[in-house]
Amino acid sequence: MKSDEYDVCIVGSGAGGGMVAHELTRAGARVVMLEAGGDWDAVRDGAMLTNNYESPRRGKATPERPFGEFDACIGGWHLDGEPYTTAEGTTWDWWRARMVGGRTHHWGRISLRFGPDDFRRKTLDEKGDDWPISYNDLKPWYDRLDRMVGIFGEANGVYNEPDGIFMPPPAPRCYEKMLARGAERAGVPVIPSRLSVLTKPLGDRPACHYCGQCNRGCSTRSNFSSQSVLLPPAFATGNLTLITHAMAREVLTGDDGRATGVSYVDTASRQEFQVRARVVVLAASACESARLLLNSKSHRHPNGLANSSDVVGRYLTDSTGADAMGFFPQLVDMPVHNDDGVGGMHIYIPWWHEKDRSLPFSRGYHIEVWGGRSMPAYGFGGSIHRVNGKLSGGDRSRGGGGYGTQLKDDYRRLWGTYVGMSGRGEMIARRENYCEIDPEVVDQYGIPVLKFNVSWSDEELLQMKHFHETAREIIHAAGGESVWDMPTADNDWGITRPGQIIHEVGTVRMGNDPKTSALNSNCQSHEVDNLFVADAAPFVSQAHKNPTWTIMALAMRTADHIASEVKRRNI
Amino acid sequence: MGMDRRESMKVMALASVALAVPGCTTRDMERAATHAAERVARQLPEADRLPTILSPTEYRTVEVLVDWIIPADERSGSATDAGVPAFIDFMLADAPDLEIPVRGGLGWLNAESMRRTGIMFADSLPPDQQSLIDDIAWPEAAAPEMEAGVRFFNLMRDLTASGFFSSRIGFDDLGYLGNRPQGGWDGCPDEAHVHLGLD
Repeated sequence: MKSDEYDVCIVGSGAGGGMVAHELTRAGARVVMLEAGGDWDAVRDGAMLTNNYESPRRGKATPERPFGEFDACIGGWHLDGEPYTTAEGTTWDWWRARMVGGRTHHWGRISLRFGPDDFRRKTLDEKGDDWPISYNDLKPWYDRLDRMVGIFGEANGVYNEPDGIFMPPPAPRCYEKMLARGAERAGVPVIPSRLSVLTKPLGDRPACHYCGQCNRGCSTRSNFSSQSVLLPPAFATGNLTLITHAMAREVLTGDDGRATGVSYVDTASRQEFQVRARVVVLAASACESARLLLNSKSHRHPNGLANSSDVVGRYLTDSTGADAMGFFPQLVDMPVHNDDGVGGMHIYIPWWHEKDRSLPFSRGYHIEVWGGRSMPAYGFGGSIHRVNGKLSGGDRSRGGGGYGTQLKDDYRRLWGTYVGMSGRGEMIARRENYCEIDPEVVDQYGIPVLKFNVSWSDEELLQMKHFHETAREIIHAAGGESVWDMPTADNDWGITRPGQIIHEVGTVRMGNDPKTSALNSNCQSHEVDNLFVADAAPFVSQAHKNPTWTIMALAMRTADHIASEVKRRNI
Repeated sequence: MGMDRRESMKVMALASVALAVPGCTTRDMERAATHAAERVARQLPEADRLPTILSPTEYRTVEVLVDWIIPADERSGSATDAGVPAFIDFMLADAPDLEIPVRGGLGWLNAESMRRTGIMFADSLPPDQQSLIDDIAWPEAAAPEMEAGVRFFNLMRDLTASGFFSSRIGFDDLGYLGNRPQGGWDGCPDEAHVHLGLD
């Protein structure tokens, strides 16, 4: 079955795909976008302002929504009929979204620019590789992104955490002020967070109303998702055709080796289709884009498309992760107050050892903060018997647990007294960490699936050990007590499993040398000049920063390059 | 932390909603709230088909037990007032892993009651119920032979708290002021500052 030819075919509707569609439809290109999941609209389908008691499930997770039944993101670690595998002795957890807007619905909207040093790590510590572009190459695009999408923050002048064009940040919550005071005492700097949530109106989008529920999808479009911010202006041009339930199978190529379009299966009818396009842009997520290229084998491209270098799938990284939590006696019996704010942290701890070469690991991490009097849900007050024996007042002679009016009051007093921190750090990109096609397993559409082979090294493990030590210092300095035991080397210093932080990058990396990279400095294939990648796959390194802001700035720059190359008739 | 202050905070929070959100009309907010309610009505499973998993005897046992865990007091009603037995029954259907420990534990409770008094837990006298609960409600103080009962009671305590405080009665009991549009964000209120000794 053959349809019209489009100027551009984009695979994926998330941060990268949405941005390329936004830019190219407005430049006049006829764009077709393939999305493996279904339609979803935050205004129509979101659950903002729903009280948990309106459901007998009280907000608990469902198989379709592992982060809670009212969470916006449809997807999960395991999708029916879409397996993935791991090499023996390794683990990989892969979160995939299947909906218009992709994982921007899941994202916590922490919007951090990579800093000047993040583009030249090899120069600084001889590990990994430098990017083929510098911070100054990307800065104008970050600036445009800040103005287009909207972000709050404060100009702090931290060298490797470049300031953006910020709306005013929301004041810290009570528990955040308390923790920040402790961090200061422990010598750890705290700055206002940087989130893509509007604190002032922007265009037709009103400012945030501080219900704290960004993760449910915002009915007033006051936060960012690709679906609510990037796609409406793209549709308004009349140049965007969105095809949902379209699972891309492979990139099609002609006799000359150039891309001619994409073949996909309609997941509802199981029928096969092809779309033809002059330019193909992959933005299916780092690992899905690598999978597509590896599955696009032909006589001209026996090792997969754009893969003569054999780097596609390699240099896969995720952020390191670890959590620590404290109980804070001073938060007991707090005066009633509203802790909602925006849907995410108001304070942020950037990496504060950037110039310190004495640490036993090379790369940095940041700390995110959570806690507060959040909406009671399934799980409220769980395992109180482990803690209420330490409370003051009443009869505590038999330790924790109990029942009756004293227990009932304990729940009230303990609500919101726990504050946690999450460390999120940079993993060094290494060739031996990769995903590849599993020759023995296909998904329900017959598409060969990915097999992951990723392991942490001491660089990552010792970094999270440092986080755990720091977090405990902060908790104690803020007047709290650590709830969980300090992890040890035997349990890998409490590090998350690879993939769990959902920051996978690097699988179709950029570079100036076609022998060691798949894409040039414009995210264009070295070998196939009308093939581009616009998600996190082109990243040469991870940085400890959440990748989405850089995905979008880079995608914007890539779209600009595509538009100018088409205009010059180079592609 | 008196009722009066909590009530006055609520009134203040509601008043702030009436202030214009910059660039966003009250109608936008009403539409969002109405829309959320409609969506819930459309998508949520039926709640009136209970009990589905528990037998009538088990259900009755749960009703008695959860009111020992969270009784009525001067601030709010009891666990059964908040619909906790129906919540637990729903959860056994929604989270199948819970069924065996909960139903098995109810069996243990009745067997232990029969051993002590010759009758089922829910039918025994309140002092007998209480003396059995006293033996399993404090993990650190409980006798080793009560381990199965302690584990069951921990689970029921957790489920009861989940069901009670996530109910509307529970929201009001806590003085939960969130999940509503606010005209602005002022940060931590003065009295909370004072409580934390921050200023």
